[in-house]
Amino acid sequence: MADEDDIILADLDDEELVKQMFDDLYDGLKEEIEEGVNILLGRNWMPYRVLTEALVGGMKIVGDDFRDGILFVPEVLLAANAMKGGMAILKPLLAETGAPRMGKMVIGTVKGDIHDIGKNLVGMMMEGAGFEVVDLGINNAVEKYMDALVEEDADILGMSALLTTTMPYMKVVIDTMIETGVRDDYIILVGGAPLNEEFGKAIGADAYCRDAAVAVETAKQFMARKHNELAAG
Amino acid sequence: MTELPRDQVLTEVGLHPTRKGRVLLIACGALAREIVALRERNGWTHMDLTCLPAIFHNHPERIVPAIEAAVKKHRDHYDEMFVVYADCGTGGQLQAACERLEVSMVKGPHCYAFYDGLDHFAARDEITSFYLTDFLARQFDAFVWKPLGLEKHPELLEMYFGNYEKLVYLAQVEDADLDARAQVLADRLGLAYERRFTGYGDLATALAPLG
Repeated sequence: MADEDDIILADLDDEELVKQMFDDLYDGLKEEIEEGVNILLGRNWMPYRVLTEALVGGMKIVGDDFRDGILFVPEVLLAANAMKGGMAILKPLLAETGAPRMGKMVIGTVKGDIHDIGKNLVGMMMEGAGFEVVDLGINNAVEKYMDALVEEDADILGMSALLTTTMPYMKVVIDTMIETGVRDDYIILVGGAPLNEEFGKAIGADAYCRDAAVAVETAKQFMARKHNELAAG
Repeated sequence: MTELPRDQVLTEVGLHPTRKGRVLLIACGALAREIVALRERNGWTHMDLTCLPAIFHNHPERIVPAIEAAVKKHRDHYDEMFVVYADCGTGGQLQAACERLEVSMVKGPHCYAFYDGLDHFAARDEITSFYLTDFLARQFDAFVWKPLGLEKHPELLEMYFGNYEKLVYLAQVEDADLDARAQVLADRLGLAYERRFTGYGDLATALAPLG
């Protein structure tokens, strides 16, 4: 609309600007998000605050509306692309400014599967929530997961699949982890369109995550439990 | 030749049975023309056909409940029923439902595999190929371009298809126009193109015992 086109982001106060950024994320406006991020940083907002309040806050609305069938995959991808633009500005600053570290996740699409849209969304939202994410990409064999978990000293393994023909490979990975005695060293989260909770349980994962927002919340809960166990031990 | 509705109707609505014949095939709308062609070629006049909307291809979670409903609805009117779906993204749930309902179904993961031939398809192990059949080549916009939002946002193309290398058109009939169309679609997706003539493949083999 013409009125919206006329909005000058720099003229908005912080609260209005964050609200406008929610709208811009919802509409997938990458350049506007990048501009908003730069404005907030210029107003001395800490990068972590920009990330959580403006970007993650906005993506939560997108995620909720996707879950409720109001938004569909194309809109979510456009929003994610806009968030990615903001993240690119913030990422180098987050490490410098001592943003909290929630844990480390190795994530990848399983062997035989090249679909990565869901995985990429989860990776981005996990980063937004303060997790360090090591993305192994697509078509990952068990050895690649196993090596990365050790090399990266990860806390969480995330596996994704879109095809019913490839999702059983997740069990191959988990069974190998059991055989080698490392299964309980990691939190294992699985996701992908054809999966469900029953499948996650059947293959021995810690949790099936329906979407990126659920993945973040689940990872947080498991990490808190892990910290509590360590403290108690 | 049996008259079938337009592709758009097969996509969105499906096909009602005629209640003529003792065997009912419950199929995906995307297979209607091929099943009718096989029926006419083989003189399988005892087979009636009903189809679920082909667009369930994009919503596999809708397939099992719709099959269950169709079997229950039509069961009393036929001696035998056969489900002309492969797994089709249901993750084994369709197989489980068919076992519960005591009806048989087509083997394999999806129609690409049974057109190509299950063994052939598995042996190829092509993970970077995007497949079209005759029906999907004709209905590409309804199944791919529009639902993925590419009509309005072509910039999403890379996110969807960036990991694919080749569009493989599995052709059921010789049709130069459809071949040309599939080539155009491959170009639109930025993929290499290959046409493979499959004929009806294992679809014919699956239906033959009912003949």
